[in-house]
Amino acid sequence: MADRYELCLSGFGGQGLILAGIILAEAIGIHEGKYVSQTQSYGPEARGGKSKAEVVVSDTPIDYPKPTDIDLLLAMSQDACDTYYIDLKAEGILVVDSTYVSEVPSNQAIQVPCTKIATDLGLKMVANIVSLGAISEVSDCVSYASLKKAILTRAPKGTEKLNLAALSEGAKAAKKAMS
Amino acid sequence: MANKDKKSVLIQGNQAIVEGAIAAGCNFYAGYPITPATEIAEMMANRLPRIGGTFIQMEDEIASMGATVGAALSGAKALTATSGPGFSLKQEIIGYACITEVPCVIVNVMRGGPSTGLPTCPSQGDVMQARWGTHGDHPIIVLAVSSVEDSFDITVTAFNMSEKFRTPVILLSDEVVAHTREKFEIPDPEDVQVYNRVKPTVPPEWYIPYENTARGVPPMASFGDGYRYHVTGLVHDIHGFPTERREEVKAFTERIHRKISHFYKEIQIVKKYMTEDADVNIIAYGSVARSAIHAAKEARKQGFKVGVLQLVTLFPFPRKDVEEVLRSSKRVIVPEMNMGQIAREVKRVNKNYTRVVKLNRYDGSLINPDEILRLIREAL
Repeated sequence: MADRYELCLSGFGGQGLILAGIILAEAIGIHEGKYVSQTQSYGPEARGGKSKAEVVVSDTPIDYPKPTDIDLLLAMSQDACDTYYIDLKAEGILVVDSTYVSEVPSNQAIQVPCTKIATDLGLKMVANIVSLGAISEVSDCVSYASLKKAILTRAPKGTEKLNLAALSEGAKAAKKAMS
Repeated sequence: MANKDKKSVLIQGNQAIVEGAIAAGCNFYAGYPITPATEIAEMMANRLPRIGGTFIQMEDEIASMGATVGAALSGAKALTATSGPGFSLKQEIIGYACITEVPCVIVNVMRGGPSTGLPTCPSQGDVMQARWGTHGDHPIIVLAVSSVEDSFDITVTAFNMSEKFRTPVILLSDEVVAHTREKFEIPDPEDVQVYNRVKPTVPPEWYIPYENTARGVPPMASFGDGYRYHVTGLVHDIHGFPTERREEVKAFTERIHRKISHFYKEIQIVKKYMTEDADVNIIAYGSVARSAIHAAKEARKQGFKVGVLQLVTLFPFPRKDVEEVLRSSKRVIVPEMNMGQIAREVKRVNKNYTRVVKLNRYDGSLINPDEILRLIREAL
């Protein structure tokens, strides 16, 4: 399936990964007009425990809604990185939140301190948006502009500026990490 | 049509059920939250009051089912939604709805079981419970959804069937369908075909509430319409009063079954994907049907003739369509997220026409297309 692009956003419950998945799916599906399917798996706990959101992108209607071969893995915890790295394609992209992931399984991993950046911006909660900024920089699957639109429709009133700053910082940090 | 300027939205299966229900005229919801069906209650709580409907969170699932039946008797189009443990609790009153012929829709978003089981994982373990969960010989309609689009369309169908045949309809979803978000264009209300129950037109004193009509479905008066009649869970005569007279009991039991069995053609819905020339056909439903279609398309690319018969109606079991596929295939694969509940029905219909192979997963994950492809390669 050449026209399938699959992303997995993983970490622990409470990091906002499912919301990040929804924003990503809206950016690609609604603002870029492609077919998307967003799924998730999570434990029964409200916080903590493994959590992941998956987004499948395609130019044609999607039958099987879950990923089969991951093109891009975001790992926001060491546990998630250890668990899901094996699902990443050989030529796939690995982005880790280096705030939590110290042992990277590959020298190709793109290390972005998402949570640290978010904390520096004043709200740890926006680490998920920082990670989306990073994704827009390292992959062609979504444009920065559509992510911006998707975030603005989702962000609660009054938080738009902070969220857009998070997005921008994430993209910048990823660019730096790749150079 | 002005469809072009319509906006797509990214919604999950549970939300599509809510949109479908409202499009079908649903104006009452009673429920008790439970993963992975909670979003249905949440969204109904938001939507119904805005359109003059009623949302009630009851103290438990038993009471929710009671409220659903009560509301439907007063003329509402009523919905309740739950998952495994709650579905077990609702069974007694689902039987009451069957015998009193009250139209209503019960959504069961399947998760791993038995008991509390796997609250956040998908399963198809409640298929037989949907058919036989309440006691006694009873007719019931069970439908299964596989996508956001289905969740909208089939919810409308479920309401229409419940109204047309005066029966509870069970709508089976699963955790994957419920929580998968996809793009969807919500149809305009005028584009949705809605069926409403037939009401009596005779003067109240002539009304025979359980009359043995030709279609088997007597007109239904709402409480408050001025028609006085008796509603009971005991087997009743045409006037609604308890009876043990053999001929009346027999006529009653036969009628409530006949009203469904005479309309199999209309009730039994299937979707066929490339089944006609297929050497191997996959019979699937719910989220697994999507894995099956994906596998069939991949197999076709590799030169294997594979098709999919997707069952939308699980019960009354679509015997004719299944039989047709069994007769024409070299092998039939039945993948399910349980130990083999629909496979058993397929095998019952199979009269040595072909070999039926089960593919079962009961570890809380969706069957993936590769697993099905492996079986296809083995078969050919």
